[in-house]
Amino acid sequence: MSEPTPVKKGKENRIGLDKGCYSGAASTLCLGCGHDSITAAIVQAYWDMGVNPYQVAKISGIGCSSKTPAYFLRKSHGFNSVHGRMPSVATGAGLVNKDLHILGVSGDGDSASIGMGQFVHLLRRNINMTYIVENNGTYGLTKGQFSATADVGSKLKGGQPNNLPPVDLCELAIQLDCSFVARGFAGDRKQLITLLKAAHSHQGTALIDVLSPCVTFNDHEGSTKSYNYIRDHYDPIAQADFIPSYDPIEIEHPEGTSHTVTLHDGSKVLLTKIKESYDPSRKAQALSTLERAKDENKIVTGLVYAPHRNEDFATLSNLVDTPLCHLSESELRPSQEVLQSINDSMR
Amino acid sequence: MKTNDFSVRIATVNGTGSMSANTIIYKTLFRMGIGASPKNLFPSNIKGLPTWFQIRVSPQGYQAMKESSEVAVWMNPNTLDKDIASAPENGVVVYNSDAMDETLIKGRPDLTLYPIPVTSLTKESVPKPKLRPLLANMIYVGAIAELFNLDTNTLEAVVKDIFKAKESVVELNLNIIQTGANYVKEHIKKTDPYQFELLTPPKNKITIEGNDASGLGAAFGGCTFLAWYPITPSSSVAEAVEKQLKTHHNTPDGKAKYAIVQAEDELAAAGMTLGAGWAGARAMTCTSGPGISLMTEFIGYGYFAEIPGVFVNVQRVGPSTGLPTRTQQGDLLFVSTLGHGDTNHVMLFPATPIECFELMQEAFNYAERFQTPIFVMTDLDIGMNYWISDDLPYPQKGFDRGKVLSKEDIEKNGNSFARYEDIDGDGIPYRTLPNTQADGAAYFTRGSGHTETAAYSESSVIYDRVTKRLVKKFKTIEQNIAKPIISGDPKAVIGILGVGSSHFAVEEAADQLAAEGVQTKLCRPLAFPFGEEIEQFLFDCDHVFVIDQNRDGQLLQLIRNRFPQAWDRLISITYNLGLPLPANAITRQILKDLKRDPSAYEFEQFKPEPKETTTYE
Repeated sequence: MSEPTPVKKGKENRIGLDKGCYSGAASTLCLGCGHDSITAAIVQAYWDMGVNPYQVAKISGIGCSSKTPAYFLRKSHGFNSVHGRMPSVATGAGLVNKDLHILGVSGDGDSASIGMGQFVHLLRRNINMTYIVENNGTYGLTKGQFSATADVGSKLKGGQPNNLPPVDLCELAIQLDCSFVARGFAGDRKQLITLLKAAHSHQGTALIDVLSPCVTFNDHEGSTKSYNYIRDHYDPIAQADFIPSYDPIEIEHPEGTSHTVTLHDGSKVLLTKIKESYDPSRKAQALSTLERAKDENKIVTGLVYAPHRNEDFATLSNLVDTPLCHLSESELRPSQEVLQSINDSMR
Repeated sequence: MKTNDFSVRIATVNGTGSMSANTIIYKTLFRMGIGASPKNLFPSNIKGLPTWFQIRVSPQGYQAMKESSEVAVWMNPNTLDKDIASAPENGVVVYNSDAMDETLIKGRPDLTLYPIPVTSLTKESVPKPKLRPLLANMIYVGAIAELFNLDTNTLEAVVKDIFKAKESVVELNLNIIQTGANYVKEHIKKTDPYQFELLTPPKNKITIEGNDASGLGAAFGGCTFLAWYPITPSSSVAEAVEKQLKTHHNTPDGKAKYAIVQAEDELAAAGMTLGAGWAGARAMTCTSGPGISLMTEFIGYGYFAEIPGVFVNVQRVGPSTGLPTRTQQGDLLFVSTLGHGDTNHVMLFPATPIECFELMQEAFNYAERFQTPIFVMTDLDIGMNYWISDDLPYPQKGFDRGKVLSKEDIEKNGNSFARYEDIDGDGIPYRTLPNTQADGAAYFTRGSGHTETAAYSESSVIYDRVTKRLVKKFKTIEQNIAKPIISGDPKAVIGILGVGSSHFAVEEAADQLAAEGVQTKLCRPLAFPFGEEIEQFLFDCDHVFVIDQNRDGQLLQLIRNRFPQAWDRLISITYNLGLPLPANAITRQILKDLKRDPSAYEFEQFKPEPKETTTYE
């Protein structure tokens, strides 16, 4: 493994850590990879927020995207699991230690193909975590095959077009009532950082599908997941600003052109410069916005859907305050009298 | 008279509520103090297919399956030909005379027949047609009670307990039972020799299904996380765990000290279990062969990345869907090296309810101590049949949470630790849990090649070193895991070795063999890897019969692999019918091999059936 990126001791955040504490080992991905931009955005967002890195568990599947947890948050436990199965590991770890902030990293092959079952069911359960899909429409580590998110007509490097309809993870998530659905772009760091902060503050599953071009296998003319194509068709729903709960500021709401989403911990996402009256709590509108944009060849980004939803799975499970993993024998083993009554019930 | 020493086999159609009727008979016998053992032979179906329930009573309290049944109850006209064929010579038959083709039955003049017009009796006494199929079974309960002398007071108490929720239901069922009994009193003259006799009601005895005992073991073993996917025959383990945790693991204000997830499939159940184990919880899943197949990738990961987790495998007949409601010890070889590459897994082999209870608790200790997936290998026979057992004993041993470093440990160690380093020389490294508030506590878990400090590595030398350290760990496990149970005649030179549910048949076979003048000593491993006590046993015997409930002698192969020098003294006995193992199957084979007369233990029904042939025009 390469040496960790040397970071100069710099400015400290609100818990007294400099940004270097949020970095990881040097990336082994290709120069210019969208995933490295996402890594940088995670480092920035978590440092800005003053997240306690010990409290984060980084969990991933398999693929280029799933390698990235080694490149950020060096003080956090990491779990690079098996292909497509990050959601199940995250579910187990998150439920037995609800103090953990689960940061799941996956890719389009990982979540839209081999692991689609786990993706879908994690959303149904509304497991409390941030779920990042680093979506490049291709299998990078196996050298450039199409993934299930590739658009119809998008071409491989050798020119062969994809003719199967793509899986739109955001639309799928909205249908399943995922409690926070966002789409980002590795090339729009500012928006991505805002989305990451909001996702971290959200209680329940926060999905961010990040378009993240693969510079080696899917950044050519004819690909709809290239930097150029995405920039040319880029259409953020709104300008989004994150207002953390620990740092409330007075904000002005220009009438009719803004919308505020309040998150579980009291943080807010302020959406401004909305072109039409977009309300991310409305399912049908969220879906139709994504569909209409497709008809118009536009790529919508931003916080697409944030319904006032249901409780997350840990809350539904009505767990005790102590994380399950820290319960001791005296708290867990029923008494001799209990066993006696159980025996008596089987006579 | 033949008292308390025969079997009753009841042929019904599943989905008609016959299980309640059969359970009433069994529980009545249990409470009468009679050594009874039921076997439920059921189809993979909810309604309409044939099902058999066989209750064996014996003065010795043998709980193994008996191949033949002296007494039969025929309620299912669709299986009449099979039931006629399987009735032993001079057998006794209680049957629904409204439903059977009696000309067929007359072809067996040796049988003692007690025809009961079950359908018309039910019609007369149950006004609501919808209830009739369910209650018809109570007619045969009454008939059996009267014919073979079930204790009336005990029977009534059992019916009250089984339908405790509703008084009207109790009354209705008792009435129908009485109708059946009255019919026998008025119309039937008993001519057979079989009867039950009330003994001293048992003290400190329970009757329990193995899966319930496993579930209780999980609760008393401190399980806080269960992920599972429904599959016969393991679903009732999950349901038992859930029931126990819900009853006994809530705080007074109703908060749960556990989380349960019904997963989308077994892959997810395995991933959740490992995720929870990695984070420091006592986590488990339960499944059967097809589910284990799906969990393979994660289990290989769990072995290499060294993550605790308890995996209960209630084995059923494979491969593939196989015979899903039949029993087999078919996953021994598969599980022992589950995963690709070089993998070795720990398996536990409970046989009795108490062992299910205790080894489940131990499984959590082993998982955390050895940091690896632990397999509790039961089977459908153990799991889904009732057994008579002594009371489940209160655990004497505390939890062993294994080598987990705290914040303070890490700080004392200069804010560093090496996740995969063999500090203690036992092959078992130390771990930390996520959210340990110290620099240097975090590490990166991966299935890829890793160094002692958990860094990514493709170094051949490091890979070799890390995987060989796992071999050392497995040796430590071998020396520190549950020891085999050795019993029988210490001077005997003939040994019998079997695991799990083979236990009951082996013990009975040893008695049969002793009666034939053949002394044996017995070895029952409770755990794999096999240790030196087993080696000692093998070399203390001239010949060791290894009992397998599968086709290929999987236990034999595990023993041979581990102790190749014992190869020539091992003799395989396999039983591949998917039915609970009967003692006779062992005894007749051993007698044959010893060139003695096995004829007293032969059984017609299990001789090879003729092949079905197809003709092409």
